[in-house]
Amino acid sequence: MLCSKRWLDTLVKTEDSPKSFSDALTMSGSKVEGYTVEAEEITGVVLGQVLSIDPHPTSDHLLILKVDIGEKTLQILTAATNLKVGDRVPTAVDGATLADGLAITTRTMQDQLSEGMVCSLAELGLQVADFPYASADGIFVVEEPGSLGQDIREVLGLNDTVFEFEITPNRPDCLSMIGIAREVAATYGQKFVPDKPKVKGAGGDIRDLVSVEVENPELCRRYVAKAVKNVKVGPSPRWMRERLRAAGMRPINNIVDITNYVMLEYGQPMHAFNYAQLPEGKIIVRNARPGETLTTLDGIERILSPEMLMICDINGPTGIAGVMGGLGSGIAEDTSCVVFESANFDNVSIRLTSRKLGLRSESSARFEKGLDGQLCMEAALRACELVELLGCGEVIDGVIDVDNTNYTPTSLPLRADWINTHLGTDISEADMITILTNLGFRMENGLIQVPSYRADVTMDADISEEVARIYGYNNIPSTQVTGAAAGLLTERQRFDSSLESAVVGLGFQETLTYTFISPRAYDRIGLPDQHPLRRSVVVTNPLGEDTSLMRRTALPSLLDVLSRNYKNRSPRAWLYEMAKTFTPLESADQLPIEEYRLTLALYDAEADYYTLKGVVEALLRHCKIDRRLVRYEPVTDHPTFHPGRCAKLLVGDKEIGLFGEAHPAVVKNYDMEGRVCLGDLSINLLFELANRNPQYTAMPRYPASTRDLALVCDASLPAQTMEQAIWSAIPELLEDVVLFDIYEGAQLEAGKKSVAFSLTLRSKQGTLTDEQVDAAVASALSALEQVGARLRA
Amino acid sequence: MKEKLTSMEQAALSQIASAPDLAAIESLRVGYLGKKGQLTAVLKQLGGLEPEVRKEVGALANQIRQTIAEALDRRREALEAELLTARLLAERVDVSAPGRPMPLGGKHPITRVLDELKEIFLGMGFSIADGPEVESDYYNFEALNMPKNHPSRDTQDTFYISENVVLRSQTSPVQIRTMEKQRPPIRIIAPGKVYRSDEVDATHSPVFHQVEGLVVDRNITMSDLKGTLDTFARRLYGEDTVTRFRPHHFQFTEPSAEMDMMCFNCHGEGCRMCKGEGWIELLGGGMVHPKVLSICGIDPNEYSGFAFGMGLDRIAMRKYQIDDLRLLFENDLRFLSQF
Repeated sequence: MLCSKRWLDTLVKTEDSPKSFSDALTMSGSKVEGYTVEAEEITGVVLGQVLSIDPHPTSDHLLILKVDIGEKTLQILTAATNLKVGDRVPTAVDGATLADGLAITTRTMQDQLSEGMVCSLAELGLQVADFPYASADGIFVVEEPGSLGQDIREVLGLNDTVFEFEITPNRPDCLSMIGIAREVAATYGQKFVPDKPKVKGAGGDIRDLVSVEVENPELCRRYVAKAVKNVKVGPSPRWMRERLRAAGMRPINNIVDITNYVMLEYGQPMHAFNYAQLPEGKIIVRNARPGETLTTLDGIERILSPEMLMICDINGPTGIAGVMGGLGSGIAEDTSCVVFESANFDNVSIRLTSRKLGLRSESSARFEKGLDGQLCMEAALRACELVELLGCGEVIDGVIDVDNTNYTPTSLPLRADWINTHLGTDISEADMITILTNLGFRMENGLIQVPSYRADVTMDADISEEVARIYGYNNIPSTQVTGAAAGLLTERQRFDSSLESAVVGLGFQETLTYTFISPRAYDRIGLPDQHPLRRSVVVTNPLGEDTSLMRRTALPSLLDVLSRNYKNRSPRAWLYEMAKTFTPLESADQLPIEEYRLTLALYDAEADYYTLKGVVEALLRHCKIDRRLVRYEPVTDHPTFHPGRCAKLLVGDKEIGLFGEAHPAVVKNYDMEGRVCLGDLSINLLFELANRNPQYTAMPRYPASTRDLALVCDASLPAQTMEQAIWSAIPELLEDVVLFDIYEGAQLEAGKKSVAFSLTLRSKQGTLTDEQVDAAVASALSALEQVGARLRA
Repeated sequence: MKEKLTSMEQAALSQIASAPDLAAIESLRVGYLGKKGQLTAVLKQLGGLEPEVRKEVGALANQIRQTIAEALDRRREALEAELLTARLLAERVDVSAPGRPMPLGGKHPITRVLDELKEIFLGMGFSIADGPEVESDYYNFEALNMPKNHPSRDTQDTFYISENVVLRSQTSPVQIRTMEKQRPPIRIIAPGKVYRSDEVDATHSPVFHQVEGLVVDRNITMSDLKGTLDTFARRLYGEDTVTRFRPHHFQFTEPSAEMDMMCFNCHGEGCRMCKGEGWIELLGGGMVHPKVLSICGIDPNEYSGFAFGMGLDRIAMRKYQIDDLRLLFENDLRFLSQF
């Protein structure tokens, strides 16, 4: 909301610097986004009067002027020829600055002293439209009143300051000068009572000319119409044009300007009909009919739908209610009779219509917020008052008012104690009443009467805000919340945090990526068309394809990041992200399953499957998960992964996730080369399976015995199978088993491999004898034979 | 016999003193003290002597044996020390040459800032709550006093999954979920991702991070809100932080406020950093709207509360002087490794 200070001062006068004024209003709840001072750059230009004009003794094109600037007379040289003695002119004196930043100093031109400069419109940053009587290219001969020596900005009315207010959606009343004036008054502790419009009238009765039929009183709560005859369409006066321009609106003609002026002043959008274009004088407010169209003022043909409210004549729609008028129904040069519409439309309906049509206007922006139905009449009368003030028509008596607002005023008790308790303040009831009264509330029989334009105030809490903001939030003390409080992390939060520390400790860098992805991301990680992982939560109004799906896995996001760093020639990248994945349920109305997952992605010169497996094993150790429960099953058919270098991680029967090397085709899709490792693990399951409360076990008291076994088996036999066979054969005595060598090659039969394990055996009861150890090893060997491994000869 | 022993001692000591290495020491030890050594041989002859003489010579021989053994030990130790010195000298390295590269992990700057915030609020007695990112319209809007088609919804351009499901545009729905399942006293913060359909630029991102706070109990006042947020700002930005509270509007709080911090660069004068305002907007908050309490089944006549919310990304950007929001989501290691 742009607000001319000069206009504002006519409503409520304040003397304060623009900065202090901004701060004061900001702190009382009307945030000032900024302000601009008109003609700020012009200094040292005053009103002067030409006393004499003489030719220059040596120059043909220069004239010597004597210019009276009040306190003294200056000699000024000019090349302009449009001046005569007695003309009043903008005079830039020594040291002045003009609109374009040009500095003026006293100087000598062809042996004659020139103590300044007389100015044209352009040199003051003005156009002919601003002062239609002025010469377009000569010196500006001023016809405005003013005293000699007076600052030209004052004389020309160029001393306005325009403030820009941020108006919150709950305060549509502040989308008006009167609303802002009310806030200014309350902020500065002044009273403000806006004048009631007074219309003289010229006889007749509008009801003989116009009839209004409201078919849908739900959407059109009130419709007020006034009529004006003998209209003289022309430009509006300078003060009105200035105020419109300050508010960012373009002056058009006096009638249209009046409707815009009233909208700015009262916040009530208005419309002016050309009566000649209104057959039988009938205005019908109804919903659009299927198939109807209307070309709006901006020349675009709009396709209407039945939920939209229309202003119609007997032939069909002439305007979209509260949004925009139709082309052709507007005011023309020869319009002689005008009907003013001042109506109240349902805010939701206007909002939906405006959205659906993609058409917003100053009018719809106000109606959308929900306007005060009690404004209609005053605004209509104000428009008529302005018509009389401008002398541009004769107001026909009588008014049409179709009022379905059923307005009942809100009244609330003033609960001063509750307010003070709520705010933590000690404000007297009398002070509260003063604040409320200045804001336009009235006290009646001990009750607060809420004005109609404050529909946002319905309860004690609302009153407390009114009091608090004018009292000053900064005057409210600062206190601390008392009482006991937990201030604890949950067990899950502690686990997540310690897991993250472990991941960071292993050398991974955290990334944060967008949780939505493009459907093409699934292509890039190799998922075929019907792959179940493609079923994702779909954003119906994405910014673009890239933000259209909520991801099922963070792998594509992390591959993107790897790719970006690869392109930047980072020699290695070890990345992780702990973020949510989204699994849709049957219907889009059901909230999807959200799961925090740990995603790992890395490349570096040495890294391969076993690098990431080492990481996974370290994380399992971190979680204190019994390694005898852990299994790694080959995954040969996941399109994202290398078919020979990918494992499913199982703990017992729980599938924790997948990890391995990315499929070379996927690596290529992301413009990389070499080996890339990926892992995607369930944090939920790690949390569930982790031993989060480890207990101390005593250090062993008896020495351990170690035996190394070199075994031969089929090359395809997994090491894990052999390891499990050993564990299951001697569960009591086996303390640890470590695979320390795998060999395939010339010294072995084709298709065979040699695998070497180191067994650590220990008893809690005493030192193991050779016989005991031999027996244990024999059991292990026989179990190994069951799975197809025998001692190497 | 005695003379023979004494001269043997002299010869032995002189040989030991000049022994060049450990092998020479060992052969001297064998040569004198070994089973077939010279001194051993002398001792073997003692049996044939008179008892008187045997005692005397025996004592002398034992003394010489000990002297030689000690001399051998000393010389061995000296040689070993020399060897060690030589080895250490040979093992000398260029201490300024680079070490073997070790991977160093790290957290994202937003997580680092979040950790700091969590620490501050945990210390003030808050717990941490979480909620869904794909959220029902009810929790994201309606329960927060923002009915369908309410103009206040326009300030948050929302991504929709269906008519009734959205990507949460604020972390506030976690407030509602918490109040629904927990009776007061409530003191939580809810950090997380939020979504708005803003095109990506230097200051906007369709995904960003918020931290929401909620306190509900008996006798919670607006002055408590001020005190809590003042304390928070001072802990985050330093004890000399100056804040101001100005009225604002949120549908789910009444009264509502925004808190600004005096620009640390210009101290309120107005500069480029604060866009000439002298103040930097930190967060929004207010007293929980009585309607919101009622919706959650909490009696507004018995309980009151305050809520606040702030943008984590902006805090991180200010803290690390990051001038482009996009950097936070690009995850360039040259960027991430700076924190």
